[in-house]
Amino acid sequence: MNSPARQVLVRGNEPTFVRWILISIALLFLSVFLVLPLASVFVEAFARGWRTYVDSIRDPDALSAIRLTLLASGIAVTLNLLFGLMAAWAISRFSFRGKNLLISLIDLPLAISPVVSGLIFVLLFGLHGWFGNWLDDHNVRILFAVPGVVLATIFVTFPFVARELIPFMQAQETEEEEGALVLGASPWRIFFSVTLPNIRWSLLYGVILCSARAMGEFGAVSVVSGHIRGETNTLPLHVEILYNEYNFAAAFSVASLLSLLALVTLVAKKLIEEKAGIRGGQA
Amino acid sequence: MEASLIIRAKEEDDSEHSEALRATRGSTYLRKRGILPGFGLSLGFAVTYLSLIVLIPLSAIFLKTATMHWRDYVTTISSQRVMASYRLTFGASFLGAAIDSVFGLIVAWVLARYRFPGKRIADALVDLPFALPTAVAGISLTALYAPNGWIGRYLHPLGIDIVFTRLGVVVALTFIGLPFVVRSVQPVIEDIATDVEEASASLGASSWQTFRRVIFPAVFPALLTGFTLAFARALGEYGSVIFISGNMPMRTEITSLLVVSKLEQYDYAGATAIASVMLIASFALLMAINGLQARTRKFKEAR
Repeated sequence: MNSPARQVLVRGNEPTFVRWILISIALLFLSVFLVLPLASVFVEAFARGWRTYVDSIRDPDALSAIRLTLLASGIAVTLNLLFGLMAAWAISRFSFRGKNLLISLIDLPLAISPVVSGLIFVLLFGLHGWFGNWLDDHNVRILFAVPGVVLATIFVTFPFVARELIPFMQAQETEEEEGALVLGASPWRIFFSVTLPNIRWSLLYGVILCSARAMGEFGAVSVVSGHIRGETNTLPLHVEILYNEYNFAAAFSVASLLSLLALVTLVAKKLIEEKAGIRGGQA
Repeated sequence: MEASLIIRAKEEDDSEHSEALRATRGSTYLRKRGILPGFGLSLGFAVTYLSLIVLIPLSAIFLKTATMHWRDYVTTISSQRVMASYRLTFGASFLGAAIDSVFGLIVAWVLARYRFPGKRIADALVDLPFALPTAVAGISLTALYAPNGWIGRYLHPLGIDIVFTRLGVVVALTFIGLPFVVRSVQPVIEDIATDVEEASASLGASSWQTFRRVIFPAVFPALLTGFTLAFARALGEYGSVIFISGNMPMRTEITSLLVVSKLEQYDYAGATAIASVMLIASFALLMAINGLQARTRKFKEAR
């Protein structure tokens, strides 16, 4: 047990050289496939110097893309958080017919290609869509306008809070809440003083995953946005436009903002996993 | 060992308890359990929101498809260009998920069993493809593998071109799928009981035999789940692929790009027809994943 070879090992009995070969393969693969792409974003962003970088980000179109991204993800996360709480409460605290079906349906948007998710809203609100004529008559624009971007973002990030909260709350005992009820607490009081403190880490975890996806969504938003500069472009769409104009330094500068966001997400996710003992789930 | 026995006993107790509860409840429709408030509000809100945001919009695809003539539908979804895109999407997704399964298993193994410098960072980094916006992944992979890029400059002289070829699609889909394999397999490797391995070793098995006969069979269902999740994600992927693939019809055009280009030509029916094929494929995979996960759970409970 005291031999130095034992130190790299959590458990198992494979020879030391096998361990080091496996560790090397894993780290090499992660470096080539994950670290290099991430590093290249920042190197390309600063390739033309600090000044170009700052200018690309302070460009009015870039600022408007930042605002729209924050708006769309703010609305999407808030609504999906509310839904996640409601769905998790119903599913974890009561039993009813069709519960498993409901749980499966919540995950549905994850199985749908982003492009198809966008297409759905084109079919609904496009000129030849279900509501197209009515919207046109009443001068309401959803497709190729901000509401379409918001709707597509909501759809794509729909399951993220719910799928964290549901299994977490299902594993909880309800005795504390029932105790509060017996002691005469109002439903809101029970929720805010008993339930919420118990689920706060799981809730935060879901919100972080949901925001990351909301701010980074590309395919669905690309289909419904119409790519109007300064109006319906989110950050990822702005990156695409700059890139297609061969304005690589600017494209990577804006991309570096999104990469920073991704890094913050990873750190926050890891910290919550370690603090609250949540096991890393997949997207 | 004792602790796990106690936990298992408690679980059995709980399940008997809920079995008894269920029996007394009978099969009354929509009966709530317990005394807590908010059943009507929470379920009502959840179902309404789900219907408005997901179910009703999604039905638009099927209703739109239903208005097409059968012959038009078949012609659209089986035209040469579309068939070429299925082959590429399917093949590249399969290859990507396969590469992820091999390396993902090694990464998960190393993260679950060994201690080494930088382990926490490596563990956090595995989720990067999920956290990094796909468009950013797309442009950075293109920059890396371009003939003058950090990796491309070594491959180009060897005659290997990644950018604007089918290999590029595989590279992007491998990037996207990695976390699915690692995060499916890692907890299972962590959970394999040490005593099983020690028993195998004490019976004279070499560590390779222990891996092949004891560990791999236990990990395999999770690996298959991870593979299927990565494959399913890759089938619908758009953002990371379109930059690196070059989008040449018949050669490097993926199916989701075809949906977009049909939409850009205002061919809503054509776009919807192809989308319906993608939807059917992803629903089939979703069911396969659910089945696999149920089997993994059963395996766990059986132990």
